[in-house]
Amino acid sequence: MPGADADRGKQAILKVGCGACHTIPGVRWPRGKAAPALDGMSGRALIAGRVPNQPELLAMFIRNAPSLAPRTTMPEMPLTEQESRDIAAYLYEVGD
Amino acid sequence: MLEGWPPPIIDPAGPYAGPISTLTWALFAMAALVLVVVIAAMWVALFGKAQQKRRLGGTAVIWIGGIAFPVLVLTILLYFGLTLTRSLSYSIGGDEMRVRITGEMWWWRVAYLDDRRRPVIHDANELHIPVGKPVVLELESADVIHSFWVPRLSGKLDMIPGRLNMKVIQANEPGVFGGQCAEFCGGPHALMGFIVVAHPPEQFEKLMQARLSPRGATGARPAVAGAELFQSAGCAACHRIAGTNANGLAGPDLTHVGTRRTLGAGILPNNRGTMMGWIANSQAIKPGNRMPPYTMLSGEELTELAVYLEAQR
Repeated sequence: MPGADADRGKQAILKVGCGACHTIPGVRWPRGKAAPALDGMSGRALIAGRVPNQPELLAMFIRNAPSLAPRTTMPEMPLTEQESRDIAAYLYEVGD
Repeated sequence: MLEGWPPPIIDPAGPYAGPISTLTWALFAMAALVLVVVIAAMWVALFGKAQQKRRLGGTAVIWIGGIAFPVLVLTILLYFGLTLTRSLSYSIGGDEMRVRITGEMWWWRVAYLDDRRRPVIHDANELHIPVGKPVVLELESADVIHSFWVPRLSGKLDMIPGRLNMKVIQANEPGVFGGQCAEFCGGPHALMGFIVVAHPPEQFEKLMQARLSPRGATGARPAVAGAELFQSAGCAACHRIAGTNANGLAGPDLTHVGTRRTLGAGILPNNRGTMMGWIANSQAIKPGNRMPPYTMLSGEELTELAVYLEAQR
């Protein structure tokens, strides 16, 4: 992803605590089980089973999931647009 | 990472931590000096000329290096250490702010006391203090031995069942200071964190006044669906929210949980996502903690509960 940085993405993941719900490759703790594990994101066709898996859409979903999938349980997260793009980059690069 | 956690251990931010750090560095420097001398002597013993070796094995060296030098160094260090740490002893005057902190498996119960030592504000896992004033902590335990440790503000002190141990802390600057239980207390001991938040005095007064005022006066209105669920799903059996029917005392008080900076005892940031994840399955996050997973709740219900808890300020 242009202008996104996977290392910063990992810091953002730790800062907001994505691991409270998701088991994420490369994140040793926490390894939450409330929501799907986030490995292999680069190979998936759909995000949350309904949104096309494209980088900008994944970043948008990470920041504000209900705006793309109104009935999802995942809440809006306290992330900037840049942070959400960094996290998307991390999931694509590290997750497979 | 979480602000202030894990806590840096040699980075003092108050008068009850400063001397300990100074002493740590002094001991480290002295030990390094002694190590250099010992290694030099070993080098001579192994590779030195015969005459040097003979001198090294002589009586003079044993008297000087084996007796005089250690006696001198240890005496200096003892005097230095005792003088330095004298300022750590504090006689409680009686008009300091007092807080009772109770170690529980695996979190901290916090009660702010009034001038007659009655608890007036209940909270958990987080302590708010004014900058520049000594705060007296009454440390006790509800179950096993824990140890209270906020390295940037003070040394460790054990929390022992049946005893009340007193500790004074003070922060010289506003900030967030991480803490950690320092005595193994069972399963998730390593995930028993704590934070101290030091505020400028006016800001601190405002915060305490807001917490002392009757519930609702701060403008926070409960999310009604979540309020009912909090009762019917069983949360209220273990958690208390002042001004409601939730009176449980087994788990952390949630009266001000919406303002808390962390969840799960100082280990997760507090936002809607982490709150929902914690409620749904805290066992995946902090294995062995005493809150069961609530896997019977739907996504909508988790959201309602999180919205309700966010409003508890």
